[in-house]
Amino acid sequence: MTDLSASTVADNLARARRISESTARRRRLQLLMPALIVIGIFGLFPLTITATYSFLSPGTYGGVRWEFSTDAYVQFLFQRDIFDDTLSFSDSYLRIIGRSVGLAFVTTIGALILGFPTAYFIASKPPNQRNLWLFLITLPFWTNLLIRTYAILLIIRDEGLINFALVGSGLRSTPLNILYTDPAVFIGLIYSYLPFMVLPLYASLEKLDFKLVEAAYDLYATRLQVLRRVIIPLARPGIVAGCILVFIPGLGAYITPTLLGGGKKLMMGNMIAEQFGASRNWPFGSAAALILMTVVMLALVVYVRNSGQGGRRHG
Amino acid sequence: MPPERNRTETGQPGQGKAVMVRADGVTKTFGRGASMVTALDRVSLSINENEFLTLLGPSGCGKTTLLRLIAGFELPDAGQILLDGQEIGHLPPYQRPVNTVFQSYALFPHMSVARNIGFGLEMQGRPASEVAQTTARMLALVRMEDMADRRTDQLSGGQQQRVALARALAPHPKVLLLDEPLSALDLKLRKNMQIELKRLQNETGITFIFVTHDQEEALTMSDRIAVMSAGRILQVGTPKEIYHRPSSRFVADFIGDINIFAATLEKTGPDGATVTLPGGGKAVAQVHAAGVVPGPVSVAIRPEDMHLTAAEDKSAAIRGRIGNVVYFGSGNNVHVTLADGTEVIVRSNEAGAVDSPVGIAFSPGKLQVLED
Repeated sequence: MTDLSASTVADNLARARRISESTARRRRLQLLMPALIVIGIFGLFPLTITATYSFLSPGTYGGVRWEFSTDAYVQFLFQRDIFDDTLSFSDSYLRIIGRSVGLAFVTTIGALILGFPTAYFIASKPPNQRNLWLFLITLPFWTNLLIRTYAILLIIRDEGLINFALVGSGLRSTPLNILYTDPAVFIGLIYSYLPFMVLPLYASLEKLDFKLVEAAYDLYATRLQVLRRVIIPLARPGIVAGCILVFIPGLGAYITPTLLGGGKKLMMGNMIAEQFGASRNWPFGSAAALILMTVVMLALVVYVRNSGQGGRRHG
Repeated sequence: MPPERNRTETGQPGQGKAVMVRADGVTKTFGRGASMVTALDRVSLSINENEFLTLLGPSGCGKTTLLRLIAGFELPDAGQILLDGQEIGHLPPYQRPVNTVFQSYALFPHMSVARNIGFGLEMQGRPASEVAQTTARMLALVRMEDMADRRTDQLSGGQQQRVALARALAPHPKVLLLDEPLSALDLKLRKNMQIELKRLQNETGITFIFVTHDQEEALTMSDRIAVMSAGRILQVGTPKEIYHRPSSRFVADFIGDINIFAATLEKTGPDGATVTLPGGGKAVAQVHAAGVVPGPVSVAIRPEDMHLTAAEDKSAAIRGRIGNVVYFGSGNNVHVTLADGTEVIVRSNEAGAVDSPVGIAFSPGKLQVLED
């Protein structure tokens, strides 16, 4: 067989390719500069201010007094007794984090379950039809999120379309109470962030060679096995990206929980906003924002560590 | 479409061997309305156990569609597909003991070579020890033992080809389908793989159905060839039969070089048909097609079945002038223009001077009458 020599040639080629790839990678880094500058000015700078403020004392009418204090962080976990200044553990803010993470997580899973078949459907369309479907996916972005959320509010409220149909058809005697509950926030978040799930999923699935699906069927894999053993592993980069893009904004969502959750049950975003508004505790707001960011970053690191392995090779 | 009796020719399931695959009046169309395309038109074909059968034809002739119907990637509109006596036409691919080697190989990029090869067995739910054992045996069969842990994108085209073969053979299917698997390889590697494929087929005893548009590949490897055109099977036979006794003009033209010219059939007799050739000469031609009647016909003869003579030689069947001589290493192709303008190519060791008059004699029994 002539393949022995062919394999060493292929090895050499692969090595040469790796070397030239590293040069190209350095060059590509320069392309990143403009974005890095923007993030530096409008990202890192405000972040520094936030971090600084979180270690200062609150001013009486908002703003900060330039006195060092760790009170903001202490307040997150402990309640200070008004009379004798003793600290007692309080989980009220941890619960807000917990609820936010839970809701963002459920939203992410929901968006994945809804988004995956959608993305697969678009990717399996002939190329000339795919753009139309992608256009339809991005269509909601043409309207402001606030307006769209108000629209959801009108649909799910007690006198809204859904309850009008439910009561009108006699399925229920009293309206179904959806508005100002967790499910309402869930519905709103899924609706808002579904495109962020579909688009990266599509980008991954579109690269999928459908011959691989046929090959798996041919090799005795059932539909479910093809999905589990071939399609999902190959779509992993898209799944990871989509989950990140839904989970993070979901965690810090502000408009949706405010309008649809009625502000009764706070999420992180509302709580932080409240500190800069009504509560006039900027240091605490800053601290909460940094804690949220840390939670997100930790979650990301754990997530990418666990699920990025298979995807890194193929992306 | 009603499953009426097929009008395409069926192969003879001869030599007492069992029929492994039988297609019976299989029809497949794609699209609807005005853009509807008939990919297969009432195709019937029998393929024997342990046979190497090639589906040969130009692109769009339906050969790949027939393969995909046997694999289960498409379902027939009409007709039956039987595997080992059982109707499988409507089973999904994962319920058919048939495996495919894809043109693009379709190796799983997220699995090692060994995992690729073991995939089918794993999906069949075989125990891990058996999967490992068979995988090792398959790696040895295709001589890729050293590559078991490689990623598939680290392999050359020829190596990927071997992995694809090993993966499809590992579950020991009843039939192996090969969809132009050699077309992506360069010439030398392709020649090696042709021999390799024959060896694998002999060693495994599995029925191979091979799709190609390369007539040389078909002649080299096949036990039998089915020549297809426009969704129908035109002729089924051994490579020798297909080459030397093409039944139709299309088959004659598609396989190898051949000279086809108009003649008049005078009468048919026990030794063949008497035909009048261009220039008035008479010759005896073989008739393999049914339903040939006296009158204008096409006759065909291969360049190697003729030789040049002196223009005035009595043995010359036709006469003309040498137009062009093309040297190709082991001989010359001499282009001869007949009086009526027909160009005939003769394979010859001596070249002859351009524009000189020349006679062409036919080797006995080589002239064929073709069905148009």
